[in-house]
Order: sequence, then structure tokens, then C-alpha cells
Amino acid sequence: MNKNKIDYILHLADDALILGHRNSEWCGQGPVLEQDIAITNISLDLIGQARNFYQYAAQLINGSGNEQTTEDTLAYLRDNRQFKNCLLVEQPNGDWAKTILRQFLFSSYQFFLYQRLQKSIDDHLAAIAEKSLKEVAYHLRWSSEWVIRLGEGTAESHERMLKAIDELWMYTGELFTPASYETLASTPADSTDVSSLKANWEEKIKSVLNEATLPYPQTVFMQTGGKEGKHTEYLGYILADLQFMQRAYPGCEW
Amino acid sequence: MNNFFRKFYYGDIPEEKGGSDSRTRVSSPGGDLKGSSDWPLWEIFIRSKQGLDHKHVGSLHAADAQMAIENARDVYTRRMEGVSIWVVQSKYIHASNPDDAKSFYEPAEDKVYRHPTFYDLPDEVKHM
Repeated sequence: MNKNKIDYILHLADDALILGHRNSEWCGQGPVLEQDIAITNISLDLIGQARNFYQYAAQLINGSGNEQTTEDTLAYLRDNRQFKNCLLVEQPNGDWAKTILRQFLFSSYQFFLYQRLQKSIDDHLAAIAEKSLKEVAYHLRWSSEWVIRLGEGTAESHERMLKAIDELWMYTGELFTPASYETLASTPADSTDVSSLKANWEEKIKSVLNEATLPYPQTVFMQTGGKEGKHTEYLGYILADLQFMQRAYPGCEW
Repeated sequence: MNNFFRKFYYGDIPEEKGGSDSRTRVSSPGGDLKGSSDWPLWEIFIRSKQGLDHKHVGSLHAADAQMAIENARDVYTRRMEGVSIWVVQSKYIHASNPDDAKSFYEPAEDKVYRHPTFYDLPDEVKHM
């Protein structure tokens, strides 16, 4: 079985799982009850998407050998360097402004990505993308609204959004820099050309930032590496949190 | 020592707690200061499927109508409860006064002939 394709699917899954996990850290701590529910709903959507991708990846992996891979072994028993999520999704939650901006930047990307992916010649990927796109459309709408509210809100909320942009913008370049498995992935070739999504993404970001009275950021040096397994220090802590139980008590159930 | 709760009856909610029609930019996110106590109250109505009427399901805080609809979507339709949402600022709900209950409702108690129980309803008619 095509290793590039499996890596590509794991990359999609890891993005969703890690951001889902980050958002879940807000559970019980949201700024207001309604938004606590909103952000954890998004978290559940993302973890659901991750499950679909992991299940598909496991199916392909098992098909190529006799290993007993499952969605759980992929999520809970791979190490830091094997995770292929982009750096953006593993960044700490920070304040509400930073969480909102991270979600907005990522949902915008995911929206155009899934739009493309639902036309993939791989029926399974296309089906997952089609189902997930409805969720992502809402995440994008919700986070856009919040970017505008905060950007055009009080002096303090505006200031916090500027700070969030400053902290996160350097991780956006990676979204459109194809990883080795992306350029070589054979099956969904038409859907993996991430660099071609950039124009749409920029247009979306520009229009929302503009409405939010926030400046479109200057060009900065873009950090990359996450998609190839080279992560910031934060991923290790996330995995420790996520994987501790399965590592300490292998096969435990509850 | 002078702390006390003030209870508002519907229809009695002061203007400043009543919400606005257009998008409100001011909010206090980030868990700082007062949180939702700044935001007005909204009554939420959900239609559970086409052809049925909207039913009151509860209330929530939001800065404006747009946010109220999105909050309602997240709070009240997560288990596929609805296909349509209405939101109304609580200040626009006018309610009868509980003190008037005697004169309002009790006179109907002995007038059973007002119930449509003397008709045969066809089986096809639902939701009566």
C-alpha cells in the first residue's frame, strides 16, 4: 500500500486530533457558559473527523501487512516524531483571542482543503471530507464572527487580537507548504496541492480581518516542520496528557 | 451587607439588559471581569421539524441576535432537536402578572364545554 497516502491521511487525522484536544482544554473553563459549549462542540467535531481518518488509515495499513492497527493505536501509541500535524494546531490556547484566531486561521484552511478533498478520486476520503465540510463551515462562521467582535470590540480585545496575530502568523505558511508525502501522494493527487489553496485562504483572512479593523500581517519568516514530524515543545506535553493512560495501563478500558 | 438579588419578571427587564438588533462589538471575553453578566438575556424557540411550531426551550445570554442564534445552535440543537431557531430579547416578552391568576384563569375551570372533546377527530389529524 502507498505509504505516502497513509502518511497523508495520518496528517489530516493528526491536525484534527491535536486541535480537537487543544480546544477540549477549554472544557469547563470557557469565558461564558454558551461559549464553553461552543468550543467543546467544535472539539468533538474535530475529534470525530480524526476518528474517520484514523479508521481509514488503519484499514489501509492492515491491508498492506498483518499488523493489528486500529484508530486507537494510531492516536495513542505513536510518538512525537510520528505525528504529522502542522505547528499551528499544537500552539497553546493562550487567551480567548488566541484560541479564536487559531481556530479561524485553521478552519479557513480546512474549509478550502475539504472543499477540494470532497472531489478526490478516493471515494473514502471524498466522503469524509463531504461530511466534515458542514462542520467546518460552521467553525469558520463562528470563529469569523468572534474575530470581528474582538477586533472591533474594546481597546483591550483589539490589543489581544493583535498579540494573537503576532504569535500565530508565523505558523500559517506551513499550511500551504506541501510535505514530502503530499507532493508524492499518488491517489488524491488532485486534492493535495495545498499551495493552490493559498489564494482563497488569503482572500478570506483579508476580508474578515478587514471587517475586524485588524491589519493584514506583514510577511514574516514562516516556521515549518510539524508536517514532517518536527514539532514545537508543546506537542510532547499534549501527547503526555493524551497518551498517559494507554501507555501506563496498556489496553485499559473504561 | 446591602447585597440582594433583583428578580425581573418578563416584560420588566430594563432597557440596558435587553440586547440590540445589530452586531455588538463590545464584549468581555477571555474570562476576565464580569463575563456573561454584561450580556442581555434572550428567549430561544426551536422548531423540531418542518410543519410543527416553534417551542420555547429556554434562555441564554448573548451580546446580540447573531450571537444568540449561534449560541442557541450550540446549546439547544446539539442532539438534533431542531431545524429552525427563533430568538427574542427577553425584554420584549410581556407576561401576565402571577397576582392576577385568580381573575385570569380560574373562571375557565368550570367550563368544560369549551374543550373540543365533543368532536370525533379523524386518525390522520396529529398534534391536536
